[in-house]
Amino acid sequence: MSTHAHAPGHAASGQHHTPVPKVRTLVAVWAALIVFTFLTSWVSEIELGEWNIVVALLIALTKASLVAWIFMGVRYSTTLTRLFCVAGLVWLMILVLLTYSDYSTRGWTYQAAPWSTNKSAGSSLK
Amino acid sequence: MLGMWTFLITEVLFFGGMFGAYAVYRNMYPGAFASTSRYMDVVLGGTNTAVLICSSLTMVLAVRAAQLSKRKDLILFLILTMIFGSAFLGVKAFEYHSKWVEHLVPGFGFQYEHAPEYLHPAQLLFFLYFCMTGMHAIHMIVGLGLLTYLLVQAVRNQYNEYYFAPVEMIGLYWHFVDVVWIFLFPLLYLIGQRH
Repeated sequence: MSTHAHAPGHAASGQHHTPVPKVRTLVAVWAALIVFTFLTSWVSEIELGEWNIVVALLIALTKASLVAWIFMGVRYSTTLTRLFCVAGLVWLMILVLLTYSDYSTRGWTYQAAPWSTNKSAGSSLK
Repeated sequence: MLGMWTFLITEVLFFGGMFGAYAVYRNMYPGAFASTSRYMDVVLGGTNTAVLICSSLTMVLAVRAAQLSKRKDLILFLILTMIFGSAFLGVKAFEYHSKWVEHLVPGFGFQYEHAPEYLHPAQLLFFLYFCMTGMHAIHMIVGLGLLTYLLVQAVRNQYNEYYFAPVEMIGLYWHFVDVVWIFLFPLLYLIGQRH
């Protein structure tokens, strides 16, 4: 970042030969993102029960992927950069899924399951 | 560049912690969380989403201009990105002000008359709302500072096809902040809209 090389022909610091994206591609991604924003707002008005959040998150994930793939240039990036991207997502999933599964199952500990051999514990719930 | 990606992963986990807290509390108090959606302005939230998407487009066009050594385009697109970013913060400030006027700031005279049974859990959501959008807004302000730096350097003709890494890196950061909002918008504004 500190090297300010201006001499033509001198490959300056941090340069990798990223292809220059076409304006048409960038504008198309922008249009898709706007369309998805309207779509997600419209779908949220429809009663889908539990599926509302699933659809909303799927649309958000699609939008985020578009931003990462084209705008952030993952499409043109090295395998190592892509690996970093995926690693970030995996760690995020570990964080959220383990926290969520802990909290959402805390009440389960002492409940007798239907298949439990301890019939008295099962019947006492009724 | 890889360093920037590494930093962004730590940022993903930073925001991920708040998203995790949101998921847990939403699961604990679904009714209370659904009851707050009537206070979220979908039109303002959606407008801000569109504004941020536009700013991402101008940012990527700025990177492209730098790659092609087009100094005037670079300056133009950096200024446009800053205008969109400031517009986002302006709308956000307006929303915060409405929340303050409606007594929806947790801990500061919070009132919840339409559903008093949710007085406490609803404050949790508003607390998360202010934490998540507040941290996001701080990231936007930092981004605007970085863009100002880029603009000064661009005016001084520091970037060209051989050296544009700072534009690219700050671009990555800017898009990341956009991605965070892409998730915040449905979670905070859209879920539970029908109730």
